Amino acid sequence: MAMPKQIVQVKQDTTEARLAGMTRPDGAGWSNEARDAAIARVRDMGLPHGRDEYWRFTKPADLVASDAPKAAVFETDEAPLWDDRDRLKVVFVDGVFDAEASDDLSLEGLSIERLSQVTGADIHWAKELYGTLEARGQDPVDRPLAALNTAYATDGVVIHVTGRVSKPVNLIYHHKSEASDAFLHHLVKLEEGAEMTLLETGPGAARLNTVLEVEVPDTARFHHVRVQGRDHERRAATAIFTRLGKESTFKSFTLTMNGRLTRNECVIELTGDDAVAHVAGACVGDGTAFHHDDTVFITHDAVNCESRQVFKKVLRNGATGVFQGKILVKADAQKTDGYQISQSLLLDEDSQFLAKPELEIYADDVICSHGSTTGAIDEEALYYLRSRGVPTDEATDLLVLAFLGEALDEIEDEALAEGIHERLVGWLSRHKS
Amino acid sequence: MLEIKNLHVELEEEDKRILNGVDLTVEDGKVHAIMGPNGSGKSTLSYVLSGKDGYEVTEGQAMLDGADLLAMDVEERAAAGLFLAFQYPVEIPGVGNMTFLRTAVNAQRKARGEEEMSAGEFLKVIRAKAKDLKIDADMLKRPVNVGFSGGEKKRNEILQMAMLEPKMCILDETDSGLDVDAMKLVADGVNALREEGRGFLVITHYQRLLNHIKPDVVHIMAEGRIVKTGGPELALEVENNGYAGILAEVA
Ligand SMILES: Nc1ncnc2c1ncn2[C@@H]1O[C@H](COP(=O)(O)OP(=O)(O)OP(=O)(O)O)[C@@H](O)[C@H]1O
Ligand SMILES: [Mg+2]
Repeated sequence: MAMPKQIVQVKQDTTEARLAGMTRPDGAGWSNEARDAAIARVRDMGLPHGRDEYWRFTKPADLVASDAPKAAVFETDEAPLWDDRDRLKVVFVDGVFDAEASDDLSLEGLSIERLSQVTGADIHWAKELYGTLEARGQDPVDRPLAALNTAYATDGVVIHVTGRVSKPVNLIYHHKSEASDAFLHHLVKLEEGAEMTLLETGPGAARLNTVLEVEVPDTARFHHVRVQGRDHERRAATAIFTRLGKESTFKSFTLTMNGRLTRNECVIELTGDDAVAHVAGACVGDGTAFHHDDTVFITHDAVNCESRQVFKKVLRNGATGVFQGKILVKADAQKTDGYQISQSLLLDEDSQFLAKPELEIYADDVICSHGSTTGAIDEEALYYLRSRGVPTDEATDLLVLAFLGEALDEIEDEALAEGIHERLVGWLSRHKS
Repeated sequence: MLEIKNLHVELEEEDKRILNGVDLTVEDGKVHAIMGPNGSGKSTLSYVLSGKDGYEVTEGQAMLDGADLLAMDVEERAAAGLFLAFQYPVEIPGVGNMTFLRTAVNAQRKARGEEEMSAGEFLKVIRAKAKDLKIDADMLKRPVNVGFSGGEKKRNEILQMAMLEPKMCILDETDSGLDVDAMKLVADGVNALREEGRGFLVITHYQRLLNHIKPDVVHIMAEGRIVKTGGPELALEVENNGYAGILAEVA
């Protein structure tokens, strides 16, 4: 459907206004080429507008505005997540690398560097990847905020994985300034047969824009677990772009608690036979200000691949959840196994869940299923638990955790999953109806 | 122990009367049985006592050890010592049987101002009781009642009863769906709990269960009230002749 002229004009004006306020980091070196191309993409698409097909459920204004809306810093006395887990920590405060708080950037099986430090080099492997998967992911659906990130990212990590890495790399995002507007761009390139786990934790900034491009070649395995920090007023637009080779695996899980506005996009392309991609999310939101959006696009372009989307949302007191998930099966992608489920548990009548599940299938020998449900707490189950003496609020928490459990089950590493579970228990204890 | 007086109950949603003045007293240490035709209101009575939504008490009262049951929330009734073994136990995906039972035991203890049971102690106790009921470790770990056979669900109800040690136990057709051996296990479980300070109300259609759990008193319920009360011989009469005779006699 063609966009009315005046809206095209509005989009163009807001885009130019935003671009005018952006500055490219110093020493962008070889990345300048990709950044120029990304700016051209942004101009071409225009920044998101509520009339865009994939922004009908989520108002993009706060993500598009020239200045990041202020977001108070959330003080917490909770113990850090996965505290006793051996990890390589890379800390960013409001999008700025914190060397003191970070570990030594060295780990057997991979090389890890900072984007801002490698772009100045004459030649670097990252040049091939920077902005490449993001650009591929713009078709057929526009993702202008990701292109904006490629154009202006100030830092990030670039990881080259050559072996099986013994411990996870944890990107830790602190939010300390009320008005921070951060752009981080991460690249992960695995070699064949290599394997790593990447963790991302924390709110990051008043407004955080991240892009993660992951190249997963034949037989490589990539695991990703992310916990978006609890600051009530933070906003975030994140995008993951990945391409999978033969017999490779990509698994990503995200926990979202609080936040005023979160848009998580994930674009997956299965290009090698027998590849497996799982993407899952659990989200809990309380209050009318909470708006969370998962937008996933999975393209099957090889034989006998499996994809799985499991998204669960618990919403209360007027919170809003959005799920837009698409499985595209190309004509040559026979024996595709595509599974998608998005469910919300609404704890009151003011909360809402908006879902747009899509299947587009051109191959004939495929199994694809998708289901989307919105429901309330199961009254029979609640009565049963209460009849054994469990108080209503505790019984409700048990049922909420059971509901989210299906998404948590997607995390392979049990200790990481346990940490996520504890976080949810903590959240529930602070958010009673 | 349990005192039900002139209890009248209607459905909240539709204009339908189900209980029409139930009078029933279960004394401390006694086992009472209720029999009665399908649809006579036996399960409804048990639901109303446990506090299920959807029913309106229009008249009468129900007391547990002198406390007004009908004024309490569902969980308060449980903490006060009321337990209902359901005719149709609910499946709860995602909630582990053990987690659920430990939460329940400790919630009740907390509500009564008692000390909570430690994880270790709980494990020890539940293992022993599960063994008595031939419930294996795998069933304890599985989500509550999910994928359990009909008989396994009933045994799981009795396990919960054994763990919670309630004062007043209502068993709604716990024998239905049980094979002969399982019925014996369940009856042994109930008999082990028979003691001063505890009462039972056993709803059943069959004499067989009552061979194992010998009732002190048998009631016949029809059309929402207790129409006849007697000793164990009343159950035999039902088994041999059905309800026709009894109902004609009281009509
Ligand atoms: N929620 C409800 N909605 C409609 N009718 C109901 C409801 N609950 C109970 N009834 C009706 O009330 C009557 C009593 O039902 P109840 O389940 O108490 O009988 P029962 O004596 O336990 O029967 P059974 O021996 O078959 O278990 C039945 O006619 C039943 O259909
Ligand atoms: Mg019944």
